[in-house]
Amino acid sequence: MNLPLAVLTPFLGAALAAWLARRGRAPAAWGAGGVAALALAWLAPLLPAAFAGETAIQRLAWIPVVGLDLAFRLDGLGLLFALMILGIGLLVILYAHYYLSAQDSLGRLYAYLLLFMGSMLGVVLSENLIQLLIFWELTSLSSFLLIAYWRKREAARRGARMALAITGAGGLALLGGFVLLGEIVGSYELSVVLASGDLIRAHPLYGATLALVLLGAFTKSAQFPFHFWLPHAMAAPTPVSAYLHSATMVKAGVFLLARLFPALSGTPEWTFWVGGAGLATLIVGAVIALFKHDLKGLLAYSTISHLGLVTALFGIGTPLAAVAGVFHIINHATFKAGLFMAAGIIDHECGTRDMRRINGLWKYMPHTAVLAMVAAAAMAGVPLFNGFLSKEMFFAEAVTAGGQLRFGGWLPAAVTFAGVFAVAYSLRFIHDVFFNGEPIDLPKTPHEPPRWMKVPVEILVALCLLVGILPAQTVEPLLAVAAGAVLQGPLPAHDLALWHGVNPALWMSVIALVGGVLVYLGRRPLYALHDHLAGRLDARVIYEHLLEGALGFARRLVAALDTGSLQRQAGVLIVAVLVLGAAGMLGADAALTGTRPVQSIDGVSLLAAAALVAATLAATRLHRRRFTALTIVGAVGLIVALAFVKFSAPDLALTQLAVEVVTIVLLLLALYFLPQESPAESPKSRRWRDGAIALLAGGGAAAISWAVLTRPTNSIAGWFLENSVPGGGGTNVVNVILVDFRGFDTFGEITVLAIAALGIYALLENLRLPGPARDGEGRPWDADIHPLILATFARLLLPLALLVSAFIFLRGHNLPGGGFIAGLITAIALIMQYLANGAAWTQARLPARTHPWIAAGLVVALATGLASWLYGRPFLTSAFGHPTLPLLGELPLASAMAFDLGVYLVVVGATLLILINLGLAHNASHHDPTPKSPLRSDLPSRGEETLGAALRVSREDPR
Amino acid sequence: MELLIALAIGTLTGCGVWLALRAHTFPVVLGLTLLSYAVNLFLFATGRLVVGRPPVIAAGAAYTDPLPQALVLTAIVIGFAMTAFVIMLALRARAELGNDHVDGKNE
Repeated sequence: MNLPLAVLTPFLGAALAAWLARRGRAPAAWGAGGVAALALAWLAPLLPAAFAGETAIQRLAWIPVVGLDLAFRLDGLGLLFALMILGIGLLVILYAHYYLSAQDSLGRLYAYLLLFMGSMLGVVLSENLIQLLIFWELTSLSSFLLIAYWRKREAARRGARMALAITGAGGLALLGGFVLLGEIVGSYELSVVLASGDLIRAHPLYGATLALVLLGAFTKSAQFPFHFWLPHAMAAPTPVSAYLHSATMVKAGVFLLARLFPALSGTPEWTFWVGGAGLATLIVGAVIALFKHDLKGLLAYSTISHLGLVTALFGIGTPLAAVAGVFHIINHATFKAGLFMAAGIIDHECGTRDMRRINGLWKYMPHTAVLAMVAAAAMAGVPLFNGFLSKEMFFAEAVTAGGQLRFGGWLPAAVTFAGVFAVAYSLRFIHDVFFNGEPIDLPKTPHEPPRWMKVPVEILVALCLLVGILPAQTVEPLLAVAAGAVLQGPLPAHDLALWHGVNPALWMSVIALVGGVLVYLGRRPLYALHDHLAGRLDARVIYEHLLEGALGFARRLVAALDTGSLQRQAGVLIVAVLVLGAAGMLGADAALTGTRPVQSIDGVSLLAAAALVAATLAATRLHRRRFTALTIVGAVGLIVALAFVKFSAPDLALTQLAVEVVTIVLLLLALYFLPQESPAESPKSRRWRDGAIALLAGGGAAAISWAVLTRPTNSIAGWFLENSVPGGGGTNVVNVILVDFRGFDTFGEITVLAIAALGIYALLENLRLPGPARDGEGRPWDADIHPLILATFARLLLPLALLVSAFIFLRGHNLPGGGFIAGLITAIALIMQYLANGAAWTQARLPARTHPWIAAGLVVALATGLASWLYGRPFLTSAFGHPTLPLLGELPLASAMAFDLGVYLVVVGATLLILINLGLAHNASHHDPTPKSPLRSDLPSRGEETLGAALRVSREDPR
Repeated sequence: MELLIALAIGTLTGCGVWLALRAHTFPVVLGLTLLSYAVNLFLFATGRLVVGRPPVIAAGAAYTDPLPQALVLTAIVIGFAMTAFVIMLALRARAELGNDHVDGKNE
């Protein structure tokens, strides 16, 4: 399982690097470097087989039901990319240690960098397309974080947002493309997809699939016309640019083209779109690069141009062109990473990146200058450097392909034109920066950077030279195995050599070199022309126009739908439900009344139902007198509990009863802070309209209830009833369902309860609400805050109430009861102490914070579930037994009881947290409710007696 | 008997909806409370109305459907948590905005 581990290591390492950064910069750098090295070490045992051309596939079951595995694949292409990602990643980590200033958080950069590294490894090592896409999106997200690293800078945030918008939209298209591929082939496994090229190309959906996949690849690899995000992403720190825009992020797009080459290439559509986009990007990037005065801007457009070159090679589509494409991926990664790092050094030493001011650095930093010049020569395609080899292969392929395609005659001319500009901008990079007079007005005097900051550049430049001079001895094995994986077949005859004799490609190289020098010499009139045209032809303008349009449309739509009125929203929602419900009811051709015989009505039930209806109507009629309405609603809840008693649901009755008490106390406490009456609502028409809606809703609910109740039922109840005792070890089926059969649901529900309680705690924090100093009649509050009889009885009752709660809890598995009900009873018993004895008295005896109880409950429930893993069973499998103990006799024990204990703790903790904190909220805002009397001076003073006082305001409301 | 429950559910729903459409927070909370009674009763009633057969296993007994009961039991507790959350929101809104209108503005 080395492949998943290699991918996972950087993700885990990200947290490690961030943590190590607290101990200083060096530990952070060692930690991050160690993580990358560890990921490399995981891959090491697989390297010999991969170099031998074998494909290793390792899989872990993920969602077997839908046939999704976490599948990883290491073949030549994955190998090449993994080595580049980890190798250049290591160099970037070293470089960043020296690049970032002391004020910038190195830990954050390393954490993001490692997240990105892991995502990128996931992309290149995935066997499953959906999994590949997930990592693909992760690269978009982590590169967003990296580009916006200097988050206080507006340009960084804008550049990051633009990159995310473009690559994210491309990722969406790619998802569509992958789904279509999966539909065509019948599998998301790359092995299957790559072997089904003929099937895919012959399929009617081929065009749509190709378009969607290419949208994903082109946006990621900054192909024209989606190229404009890349220059804006240069707002990132230079180590990030060196990593993302040489070897990794932007190479993900061309990686995808290479990866799916056997499946999608070889059609006229492929050649037209991939070749066309590549060629356009090649030329546009090369031309614009010359006119960028910003060092990194030049490199960004040069990157775009080189990505276009690779894309164009894959577009040409011959096996030899694919080999050249892979070769150029390697070469571009080495020289461009080196160039970005050199640019970073220059920026670091000069304090600016403007080439109109940076001149003549040769005198100040000759060592860096040599390194940068070698890398720039490789970028220009000068012989003896690696860029020359792949560029000449490209020229040769352009000539060959040009002879076969329609309008192909232009192809050699077009690529030579791009070559001319590549030489020109490389020359500018060398001449402008290192020669061309003296520096102009630099913020600081440049000198050579720290020794180790140059080491990564030296390594990369050495690679450029080695590959450039001795290609067959150095890069050939890696290239052969990677290109073999791209083609999924035999390699074409290719000759990696410096000298191929005098042929058209050589002439094109000569023309490019000479022409480039000439263009550079005539640059000044060209700059003037460019300044004249600049800003008129910018895809960014179109992008921002589109973005603004989309945002404006969304704003107008929201403004039209959402007027900010809850009443209106609620009304629309209810009417929509009514319309849909009515359509369902009237559309079905069935009688309202079913065939189930109706049970006769007895007098008590009739009375209870009449009371419920009357109380509900009364509460509604009197709703403006809030205290009265609340009292009546409490009565309604009690009648509902009676209904549960009548219809064989003792557990529900107990729960309803307990919840009713807690709810009413809670609402009374809240009412203290709110106006005691609602004002009359203004328009009469609204009341009539709402009345009509309410009548329809009530009528509809009654009709549906009637229809359901009069129809026979055929439910899965039988299974639960039969398996409750043998499977769950309890006779109270409702409780067994809660803690055993559907324990996972219950676990979710107590989590919701915990979250609600914590949310309420946060809402109440720093709440400043003045409570009324006097009651509704203008009388001051009663001085007797804690009536002696109530206080005494409450204390006496506490142990009894807790005993009852324990009893209810213990019998819950077999008789009505259980964690929910017991928890509510305990909570009520404790709240009673607050009400009767006051907060000061109670808090001296009880912990004020019940957060730990909630946490303990969740942990107990979770641990019970996890414990079954120890026995090799699924989560939350329960075990039970009936051990016989001396004195106590037979004791029914089930592991579900521990789970129920967790439920109990959460319910107690959450209920107390909510009610106690609302009661204590008075402390901050309360007027002294009691006129001080000498007799009461021994009592805790203002604010602490608030729960009782809060209750009283409502109780004494005379209406 | 079925008629009584259907009428009760209907009344609770209608009154709950009417209160939920009011302009001040407290009546809305009362309305939501009534609505949750209605919904709980309805869910419970999908197990049909059975008198005197609680789902507690005993020799030779017949039982009602336990599944809606398990469903409603947690629904009651969650309903309490949600009522509490909404009323706290109302308090917070009163503290921040100075009124108890549902839209946060005095008409």
